[in-house]
Amino acid sequence: MTRYTRRTFLLEMAMVAVAIVFAFPVYVLVNLALRAPSDTSSPIRPTAAPTLDNFTQAWQQAGLGGALINSVVVTTVSVLIVLAVSSLAAYPLARSTAHWSRGTFLLIMLGLLLPFQLASLPLYQTIRDLGLLGSVWSLVLFYSGLQVPFTTFLYVGFLRALPRDFEDAASIDGCSPLESFRFVVFPMLKPVTVTALVLNAVGVWNDFFTPLLYLSGSDHQTMPVAIAGFVGQYVSDWNLIFAALLISVVPVLAVYLALQRSIINGFAGGLKG
Amino acid sequence: MTATRSRRPRVTPPWWFVAPAMLLFAFVVLVPSARGLYYAFTDWDGLDPEFSFVGLRNFADMLDDPNALRAVWHTILLAMAITVIQNGIGLLLALGVTTLIKTRNVLRVLLFAPAVVTPIVTAYLWRNLLGPDGAVNSLLGAVGLGSWEQDWLGNPRLALWMIVLVIVWQFAGYSMVIFLAGLQSIPREIYEAAALDGTGPFRRFWYVVRPLLAPAITINLMLSIIGGIKLFDQVYALTGGGPGHATDTISTLIYKDAFTLGEFGYSIALAVVLTVIVAIVSAGQYSVLSRNERAAS
Repeated sequence: MTRYTRRTFLLEMAMVAVAIVFAFPVYVLVNLALRAPSDTSSPIRPTAAPTLDNFTQAWQQAGLGGALINSVVVTTVSVLIVLAVSSLAAYPLARSTAHWSRGTFLLIMLGLLLPFQLASLPLYQTIRDLGLLGSVWSLVLFYSGLQVPFTTFLYVGFLRALPRDFEDAASIDGCSPLESFRFVVFPMLKPVTVTALVLNAVGVWNDFFTPLLYLSGSDHQTMPVAIAGFVGQYVSDWNLIFAALLISVVPVLAVYLALQRSIINGFAGGLKG
Repeated sequence: MTATRSRRPRVTPPWWFVAPAMLLFAFVVLVPSARGLYYAFTDWDGLDPEFSFVGLRNFADMLDDPNALRAVWHTILLAMAITVIQNGIGLLLALGVTTLIKTRNVLRVLLFAPAVVTPIVTAYLWRNLLGPDGAVNSLLGAVGLGSWEQDWLGNPRLALWMIVLVIVWQFAGYSMVIFLAGLQSIPREIYEAAALDGTGPFRRFWYVVRPLLAPAITINLMLSIIGGIKLFDQVYALTGGGPGHATDTISTLIYKDAFTLGEFGYSIALAVVLTVIVAIVSAGQYSVLSRNERAAS
């Protein structure tokens, strides 16, 4: 198929139809978020008198501003820590063939297998005993450890395929191991860093279970916990809830549309890792 | 030149580079998992510092607990259904957007978009869409299928499939993107050669594309099976495990037993069962798929 034929056109129509089906829930989301609660017409009918009242009300009552800041802080700090410690750890793990290195790598890879449910209750107890419940820093600590196995896995795979000549040259020129990592190796890891950054950021931002355990009942919430709390409070006030959902989706979709190429490649990048 | 290089001592980075990652990993994953494994054999309630070792009683109790057995079944059923349907649709979408259609770039961005949205948010959206007054019923009414209208999540026989629907809607685009990356790594000449040989599209897919797609298939199956087994957020937000226990999975039962019933020991025993299922599936999948991949390459 190198020419646009009649069959290509039919396929195009079919694909557009599929896309409309996929987009239908989003249409309803926007449609109902713009609708006054008094309007009880069918949810699929375009809203006759759109209003932004739901958005102002949801924003004020759900505490979404504070939640947004908390989510940004937790995601940024934990992803930076995970990328730093995992890339640093991956360097000797990929280069050394000593027993300790292989053993440590296998131990970390075990973390890919263990579902976090196994660790979550004992860890909850530790966090509680340390007095960290209700603090967003407990989450930073949690993600900084939780995401190590996956991120290290990506870095080690990439590093093993990377020639050692550059770092050898750097050490001959008098670089310490830390300097050659920082100035020679790490910059070459950029493709895998982008993948790890995207996957970790999306994973941390969207995570719900652990923030629900650690932050429920406190004033410090992340976006998903604030949304769940808001839904619990306004059970059937769907116009208000939809406005809150839409507010939470907009920053995510804005970042996605702005960086779509990197993000899609990041998700697909696990394939080469 | 080669001789001098091989004689030059290689500098190996020092072991302490691993230390920060290892400390965090040990604190968050390793030590609590080991403790969890131990608690699974106790009657710990989560608060009382005094608890006793009960051997295999928690696991024996599970066999007498119809909710636990159903949760295990639901977990396996969800994981299998999601894996088959999500990857099937994801593959069709990928094949659709690798053609010459003009909207291919827009479609790719649009179809992948749900995958970056917070799962709990999409689940709440769908909870309304599938409700008695929701858009799905309105749509059915509008196209003359009014007799199908119902409370989709309130029907114990359908609720589990509605969870599958929501997950597939959100993540089919994710599967698509991974298949796309696989398809793009197949050289054009191979397609053209097969087309010149007069092979039909289905045979071409099965004998030419599918073997070369093996790495993408591996990744996709791994992601969706493991993700399906660990599923929690969407079930929590869509049905909370209900109606009754019709959609309880191991993960929702762990949460309920621990935090509403205070049975931490039993709850962690359930987590151990989950771990074993994940380990068996991963090991099985790894051996089968790596054999296929080797056969294909």
